Amino acid sequence: MVGQTVKFSLRGFNVHYGQFSALRNLNLDIWANEIFTVIGPANSGKTTFLNSLNRLIDLIPVSRCSGEIKLDGVDIRRGLEVEGLRRKVGIVFALPLSLPISIYENVVYGLRMQGVRDRQVLGQAVERSLRESYLWDEVKDRLHTPAMNLSGGQQQRLCMARILAGQPEVLLFDEPTSGLDPISTARIEETMLILKEKYTIVLVTNNVAQAARVGDRTTFFLMGEMIEVSDTSKMFTTPADKRTSDYITGKFG
Amino acid sequence: MKSSQARKLKEWVIEKSILLSGIFSVVFVLLIFLFLLREGLSLFRGVSIGDFIFGKSWYPISQPPRFGILPLILGSLLVTLGAAAISVPIGIAAALFIAEIAPQRLKEILKAGIELLAAIPSVVIGFIGMITLGPWIKNFFNIPTGLTALTGSVTLAFMAMPTIVSIAEDAITAVPRQYREAAIAMGATKWQTTWRIVARAARPGMVAAVMLGIGRVIGETMAVMMVTGNAAIIPRSILQPVRTLTATIAAEMGESVQGGPHYAALFAIGIVLFIITFLINGVADLYLHRSRK
Amino acid sequence: MNPRYSQKIAFAVLLLATLLVVLPVVIILLIIMVKGASAISWDFLFSMPRDGMASGGILPAILGTLYLVLGAIIFAVPLGVMAAIYLVEYSSDNWLSRLVKLAIVNLAGVPSVVYGLFGLGIFVTFFRFGASILSGSLTLGIMILPVIITSSREALESVPQHFRTVSLSLGASHWQTIRHSVLPHALPGILTGMILGLGRAAGETAPILFTVAAFYLPRLPQSIFDQTMALPYHLYVISTQVPGIAENVRYGTALVLLTLVLLLNLAAILVRSRFRRNKKW
Repeated sequence: MVGQTVKFSLRGFNVHYGQFSALRNLNLDIWANEIFTVIGPANSGKTTFLNSLNRLIDLIPVSRCSGEIKLDGVDIRRGLEVEGLRRKVGIVFALPLSLPISIYENVVYGLRMQGVRDRQVLGQAVERSLRESYLWDEVKDRLHTPAMNLSGGQQQRLCMARILAGQPEVLLFDEPTSGLDPISTARIEETMLILKEKYTIVLVTNNVAQAARVGDRTTFFLMGEMIEVSDTSKMFTTPADKRTSDYITGKFG
Repeated sequence: MKSSQARKLKEWVIEKSILLSGIFSVVFVLLIFLFLLREGLSLFRGVSIGDFIFGKSWYPISQPPRFGILPLILGSLLVTLGAAAISVPIGIAAALFIAEIAPQRLKEILKAGIELLAAIPSVVIGFIGMITLGPWIKNFFNIPTGLTALTGSVTLAFMAMPTIVSIAEDAITAVPRQYREAAIAMGATKWQTTWRIVARAARPGMVAAVMLGIGRVIGETMAVMMVTGNAAIIPRSILQPVRTLTATIAAEMGESVQGGPHYAALFAIGIVLFIITFLINGVADLYLHRSRK
Repeated sequence: MNPRYSQKIAFAVLLLATLLVVLPVVIILLIIMVKGASAISWDFLFSMPRDGMASGGILPAILGTLYLVLGAIIFAVPLGVMAAIYLVEYSSDNWLSRLVKLAIVNLAGVPSVVYGLFGLGIFVTFFRFGASILSGSLTLGIMILPVIITSSREALESVPQHFRTVSLSLGASHWQTIRHSVLPHALPGILTGMILGLGRAAGETAPILFTVAAFYLPRLPQSIFDQTMALPYHLYVISTQVPGIAENVRYGTALVLLTLVLLLNLAAILVRSRFRRNKKW
């Protein structure tokens, strides 16, 4: 589309786990300030794709990547330090993974690692990011209590606040609501729609309906390959590939 | 960006130190072997390896001195085999009880008790063995002294048992639940399941436990020194005093001349001990790996 | 034979075996407590020996043991914890890490008297430290290194993997992740290992036979280059080489040593079980 800034661009990107090919010849762009959803059955490479964007894939010893991923035109492997990349590109996992420390300490963790010590700066960051993830009112009186005492939905929003405190540019979500009840799910989806004004969001989901609800553009992955990518409404009404329409209508999954 | 560069430098130093620390353990093993060789090899200028290992006479302070360690090897062997004969069946049986039969609360108490037994210093066990077990054996068998190979075997059995019990117990507990459930489903009693299925599945781990227990016994010094009577002659029965390799080093080092042949001979015994325990521990480790798979 | 009947017999045998292993601990403890308690007094514990050990106390032996054990810990804990961090957080499953693990297994199996020979050869002779607290502590330190490494490894491995993943995903470096998200949660386990190492070092005789121990020293050690008395060696000498020492003094010395070692081990067991119960994850 004319006028859209490209945030991520992937060209000829491949991932192997040992002999197993997880992603093959991926070519796509992710635009700024959109919610880009990735759908597809299990083991199609969705999580591998997500973990490649912030180089968490490097944690897997047998992984091998080739090809190119650029963030704002800069190669994320050759042009950027991995710690800086991960501060710009934060990730929320499928399970609410709080660290076993207080709510406050969870939120400021990233900032502390950067060397920020000023208590005022930290305090402001905590309030700002907890408000952005719509958790502030619920926890403002117990910031120094253990984060693990929160409910699943609250912990997921805490994980979002944790990333937002570092003022990232991209938010990655890996099936963030798969373990949550419908109300918590709806709240997280609402938050995502508001957050996209400031951030670029990449959402991997097993829930086709969720993609339809929040995605601006959607891509369909099958067995390590990208089958197609287009505007969400177009993909769900007139998909270009038969496999896409079979998946969306539930013929396989 | 200066402070982040400083941090990067600090982290590089820390990470290199960590790598070095890992390598240190390998360095120490090599150093131990090296220094044993350094002080012990000079013996073999005057005595051949064959005479050393198979020589029947250990008279280090006579003129001329004789450095044959066969009596010491046999002493160690006799005491070790005796200790194994006692500790292996009892240890495995206790491990089976604790792992399969004892209820949870009792299990924790028993395991703590075994840990405490393992913690008792060998000099204390030797002290008790010397003062209580020695005279009892002397009276029971009506022999001139209670400090014999048998006394050593019984005393050392108590030092091997905690090792055998705890490692065997780990191996037995690690047998997957499905084995037991399948056997019970086919109508076996708990005992039949435990003995025929679980014990068999845990066998590599139990072998490792026994080997490590034996390794501990061979390496024992103080307890052995205090209860076996310290007579460096080839034993003809288990009711005689003997001398082990370890006790010889400990007992005679004080009276040897630094750099002299006696001194070197004691280090040479150290080399023999090092190699024996190296082999036993290496093989035991292989068995432990097999059991974990 | 009826399977139920043979099961009863088998279980009885197993129970008997277990009792045979555990009861001696109790019996040994009781004997030593009963026969040694009469020797324990303020004087015994806190004063110097007099009349060539015929009377007075064992203070220098107690202090000597404390010095040696502290020295061993100072040497072994930093080295051991870092080696454990290497194995768990940095090494991949290659030939080097397998070699390191094999080396640790071997260090754990070396007989204590061979450690004594090693200490004699390298610290006393080669480095010319002589028979001293320094030589003894270093020897004991290397001896307890496998204990520290193994328990620290277990403590580090028990920290859930997702702590590391989350920390790294927030932009922390590898070392920052270890320092802030792994080590703090492994500390109780590391502490347990340290206490166990202390207990082990306190009870060992053979490594200090040639590297530091003396039987009767008129004064307390003044520096790390001095020799010192030590409890295990003291017990050995008064029970095998010195005639005329009262029986309750021998038992009393054994009681002091045993109490020290068992208290340390109990402390370790308590730290470990409290840690397991209070785990926040």
